[in-house]
Amino acid sequence: MEEMCFQLWVFLFCLSFLFAPQALSTLDSITLMYPFFYRPMFEVIEDGWHSFLPEQEFELYSSATSEWRLSYVNTEFAVCPSYPPIVTVPKSIDDEALRKVATFRHGGRFPVLSYYHKKNGMVIMRSGQPLTGTNGRRCKEDEKLINATLRAGKRGYIIDTRSLNVAQQARAKGGGFEQEAHYPQWRRIHKSIERYHTLQESLIKLVEACNDQTHNMDRWLSKLEASNWLTHIKEILTAACLAAQCIDREGASILIHGTEGTDSTLQVTSLAQIILEPRSRTIRGFEALIEREWLQAGHPFQQRCAQSAYCNTKQKWEAPVFLLFLDCVWQILRQFPCSFEFNENFLIMLFEHAYASQFGTFLGNNESESRCKLKLQQKTMSLWSWVNQPGELSKFTNPLFEANNLVIWPSVAPQSLPLWEGIFLRWNRSSKYLDEAYEEMVNIIEYNKELQAKVNILRRQLAELETEDGMQESP
Amino acid sequence: LEHIHRVSPKKAALGTLYLTATHVIFVENSPDTRKETWILHSQISTIEKQATTATGCPLLIRCKNFQIIQLIIPQERDCHDVYISLIRLARPVKYEELYCFSFNPMLDKEEREQGWVLIDLSEEYKRMGLPNHYWQLSDVNRDYRVCDSYPTELYVPRSATAHIIVGSSKFRSRRRFPVLSYYYKDNHASICRSSQPLSGFSARCLEDEQMLQAIRKANPGSDFVYVVDTRPKLNAMANRAAGKGYENEDNYSNIKFQFIGIENIHVMRNSLQKMLEVCELKSPSMSDFLWGLENSGWLRHIKAIMDAGIFIAKAVSEEGVSVLVHCSDGWDRTAQVCSVASLLLDPHYRTLKGFMVLIEKDWISFGHKFNHRYGNLDGDPKEISPVIDQFIECVWQLMEQFPCAFEFNERFLIHIQHHIYSCQFGNFLCNSQKERRELKIQERTYSLWAHLWKNRADYLNPLFRADHSQTQGTLHLPTAPCNFMYKFWSGMYNRFEKGMQPRQSVTDYLMAVKEETQQLEEELEALEERLEKIQKVQLNCTKVKSKQSEPSKHSGFSTSDNSIANTPQDYSGNMKSFPSRSPSQGDEDSALILTQDNLKSSDPDLSANSDQESGVEDLSCRSPSGGEHAPSEDSGKDRDSDEAVFLTA
Repeated sequence: MEEMCFQLWVFLFCLSFLFAPQALSTLDSITLMYPFFYRPMFEVIEDGWHSFLPEQEFELYSSATSEWRLSYVNTEFAVCPSYPPIVTVPKSIDDEALRKVATFRHGGRFPVLSYYHKKNGMVIMRSGQPLTGTNGRRCKEDEKLINATLRAGKRGYIIDTRSLNVAQQARAKGGGFEQEAHYPQWRRIHKSIERYHTLQESLIKLVEACNDQTHNMDRWLSKLEASNWLTHIKEILTAACLAAQCIDREGASILIHGTEGTDSTLQVTSLAQIILEPRSRTIRGFEALIEREWLQAGHPFQQRCAQSAYCNTKQKWEAPVFLLFLDCVWQILRQFPCSFEFNENFLIMLFEHAYASQFGTFLGNNESESRCKLKLQQKTMSLWSWVNQPGELSKFTNPLFEANNLVIWPSVAPQSLPLWEGIFLRWNRSSKYLDEAYEEMVNIIEYNKELQAKVNILRRQLAELETEDGMQESP
Repeated sequence: LEHIHRVSPKKAALGTLYLTATHVIFVENSPDTRKETWILHSQISTIEKQATTATGCPLLIRCKNFQIIQLIIPQERDCHDVYISLIRLARPVKYEELYCFSFNPMLDKEEREQGWVLIDLSEEYKRMGLPNHYWQLSDVNRDYRVCDSYPTELYVPRSATAHIIVGSSKFRSRRRFPVLSYYYKDNHASICRSSQPLSGFSARCLEDEQMLQAIRKANPGSDFVYVVDTRPKLNAMANRAAGKGYENEDNYSNIKFQFIGIENIHVMRNSLQKMLEVCELKSPSMSDFLWGLENSGWLRHIKAIMDAGIFIAKAVSEEGVSVLVHCSDGWDRTAQVCSVASLLLDPHYRTLKGFMVLIEKDWISFGHKFNHRYGNLDGDPKEISPVIDQFIECVWQLMEQFPCAFEFNERFLIHIQHHIYSCQFGNFLCNSQKERRELKIQERTYSLWAHLWKNRADYLNPLFRADHSQTQGTLHLPTAPCNFMYKFWSGMYNRFEKGMQPRQSVTDYLMAVKEETQQLEEELEALEERLEKIQKVQLNCTKVKSKQSEPSKHSGFSTSDNSIANTPQDYSGNMKSFPSRSPSQGDEDSALILTQDNLKSSDPDLSANSDQESGVEDLSCRSPSGGEHAPSEDSGKDRDSDEAVFLTA
C-alpha cells in the first residue's frame, strides 16, 4: 500500500514538473509536496527528528577534549542563516568574536568543528571563504579563532576546494582566501573540485551515455570519459584522502572551505570522516554524518536535488553534489567490502530520498528553512524514523561487516574507480544474477550464524548435563 | 651477484640480485624481512636498459604476467652484463632449457602419471554422449597422417568416410578439416571447427561439400548449418587472392554463411600493448586512462569474441542448428569462439575440472600454438599474441555477470594465465599434440591440472552451488546493447599493483566463513551425539533424576538467546584463515609466486590484503603502500606547486 502511494506520488511529482517546472522550487509550494500529506503506515518507534541532536554528537568528543564548546550564538539563525542553531567552536572564543568572524566569512559561515580525531586530537574545521576582497581585508578574530585550534608549536593546513586561479578571481567579488602572511601557522593547499553546472552537465552526459543504444564499444568508453563523472569522483576522493592524510599521518589540523562552504567543502569533510572514523562506517554513524555534515551544515538540498539528470531547463542551482558524495562512499565500500555496516542499497536509498521522498528530511535548504519556515519536524516524518525500524534496517545491512577500527585508505587510481552500476545502469541491465549472488552471500553467512547459535546452545546444555552428572555421581 | 636498488613505483629497496638458471631473484637487504622476489626467466617479456642516471643504470623488466620491475644497478658495466645475460636467459632456444624440465615438485613417478591422466578427453567425449548414432571416433589422423596440428582422437559424422575426410582436408588450410568440438546432447546440434577452405575465387571441392553435408545430416533436427567465419569480411576476401578464402553459399547446399569480425593476432597484440601502456602510466588522470583504454580497442575485441560465442551458443541451444566455425588456420579465433560458446552452453565447463577439460580440448589438443603465441622459445615476435589471455578475460567478464555460475574464482584464471607463460608445467609446451608426444612431455614434466586440482580449495567460488539456478543450463546474456558490461580487468592487468585492488576480498572472506561453517557442522554433529549418549545414560539411571534435570535443561534453552548475543563470533579463534591470513600475506610486491616452497600452499598473490593501516595510498595514485612512509615524501607530485613546496619543506 505504502509502495503504491509512493509510486503514485512519484508520478504526480513528475507531472507537476512537466506543467509547472518553476512552481515547485519556491518555498511556499514545498508545503504542497507529498511529505506534508504523507501519513506513515508504520508505528514510529524512534522519532528520527531527535535521533541526532548536536548535543549528543558533542558528547562523543567532550570526553576526549575540553578544548571545544557548544555555542548557541546562532539560535535565531541571525549570525548565519545556513548554520544550525548549535555549533561547536573553540572554547577560548566567545560568541562576540564569533559574530565578528561571521561578518568576515561568506554567508556568515565562520569556522566550526566538523570532526575531532581522537587518536591525536587533530581536527577538521569548515567554513565559507574569507571575505578578503581585492584590498586584502583581514579579521583579527578570524585569525585568532583559527589559531585557537592549533596546539602549541603545531601547524595546520587550509584546504581550499578551488584552484588558486578561481580563488584569486573570487577576490574581485569580495571573496578570497587566507593570505599566508596573516595566517603564518597555516599552509594553504588548493584542491580543485568542480561545482554547479559543470557537475550537472557531467551527470546529464553520463546518464545519456548509459542510455546509449548503439552497439559500439568505443563510443561507450568515450562517452563515459567525456562525461567527466569519474574525473570528479577521483578529484573529490583525492581531496578527501589528502585531508585525512594531513590529520592522521601528518598530525596536522585542517580547515576546509571553497566559496560558500556548502558543497565541495562538505564532500571533503564527510568523506575524510569515512576514511578516518570507524563509526561513520556504521549505519547509525553514517546517518549521523549525513545529519551533521549535510543537513545541519546547510547543504541546499532543495536547490541541488530538484530534478536530477533529466531537467529540461538548465536549473541554475541544480548539481549532483550529494550523489557524487554517495558515489565516493560506494567507491570506498567497493574497496573495503567488509568495513561498512551498510550496503549499496543503503546508498541507493539515500540517493532516491534526496531527490524524491515521502519524508521531510531532505526538504529545505538549511535548518532555518526546514525548522522555522517549513516546520518539517512537526509537519512531516523523518526518513530516519522509517529507516531505523529493524525490518527496514535488515535490507540495508552489509552481511560482510566486521568492525574495523583502522583508518581505511582507498586507492584513487583510475583503475580502482569504476562506474557505479548500481545507480547508473540500474534500469539498463538486469540485476537478477547479481541479486542472486547477494542472496547467496547472505545465506552463507546466515547459515553460519545459525550453526554458531546451535552449537552454543548444545555446548551449554552439555556443560550443564555434565556438571549435573558430576553432582549426581559425587554423593 | 651485486648490490643494486630495486625500484617499484611505490618504494625503493636495496638488495642483491641473483641470476640462476631458472629465476632472477632479488633479495632485499633489510635484515628483518629479507624479502625475496623471484621471477622466472620464461615470464620475462622485455628488458629495457634506460639512460644512466646519477644513482646508476636503470633496467626495466616487463613480465608476461603483467609484473613490472625496475632495477637500478650502480655500475654501468654490471648493468650491461645483467642485461646481456637476461636477454639470453629469457629467450631459450631449446625446449629442454625451459623450467618444466628442471622443475621437481617432489612427486614420485606414479603421482606424476596420475597427474597427467586427471584430465581425460575420451572421458569428456563420453560425457557429451559420444560416440552415438550420428558421430563416431575416427582414426583417420592416426600418427598424425592427415593433419599434424590435430590430435589423433577426433570425432566426425558417421556418414563422413575416410575418403571424404581426406578430400576435405586437402581443401583446407593446414589440412585442418571440419571436426567436432562440442556436441549438444539435448538437441543433437553441434559445434564443429576447421580452418578456412582453399576456395580462392572459384575453386570447389566435392568432398568438402560432402563433409559439411555430413555435419548437417548428423543433426536431424535442422535443415541447414551455420558456417561462421570469425574474421572480418575484408580479411577473408583478401585471403582469396592467396588461394584461400571462405565458403561460397552457392556451392554448399543448405549452409548459412556468417562473418563475425574478430581481428587477427597482430591487431590483438598491438591492442594489448596499448592497454598495458595505459596501465603503466604513472598517476594517470581519469581521462588518460579511459581514453587510453578506448584507444587500445581491447574491450571492443573482447566484446567481439563474446558476441561470436553468444551467436553460436544461441544457434545451438535455441535454434538447434549445428555450427561450423573457422578463421584462417582455425587455431586462434576459432579456439576462442568455440570455447566461449561451449562455456555458455554447458555448465560442466564452468566447474573447476570442466574448465581444465575445455582448455585441454579446444586449445591444447586442437593445436593452439602455445609456443609461438606466448613466446616460450625464442622465435618470431610477430607470432606472439594474447589469444588465450582474451579467452580467459571473456570468462572473467562472464563471472562478473553471473557470480554464482562458476565453480572457480578469479584467482584460478589468473594462475592459469600465469602458468601458460611460466613453462613450469608441461601442459602448454610446443605447438601441437604431435610435438608434445615427440618430446615425451608427460614423462619428463608435471601437469598443471594436477597441481591446481590439489590446491582446489584456493580456487573455489564460495557463491557456487551445484543446485543453484545460475549453474543450470545455458547462460543467457541479454541481447540488448551491453557495451558497459565489459569492464577493465584490473585484477589481471594491474595484478601486481596490490594497492589498486579492493583491500578486502569478499571471496576469501566467504571461503573462511564456509570453512568455519563446515567445522561447526562437524562440531554440531559431535555434540548432538554426545548429548544423546548422556541423556540416554541419565534416562537409564533413574526416572527421578531425569525429571529433575528437565527444568534446568529448559532454562538452558531460554537463556540461549542471550548467550548468542554475548558471543559475537569468535572468528579470530575459529577462523584461522581469515584474520591471520591477511596481514602476513599482504606484502605488496611479493612478486613471484610459485617458487618451490610456496607451491605446497597456494600462491599468495591474490589473498586479501586487509592490513589497511599499512596500505596507505599515496594520493598521487600509484599508491605507496606501507605505512612507514610519510605522506610528505613523494606525495607532492600530484598537487599544486603551492602545497608541494610546503610538504617537502
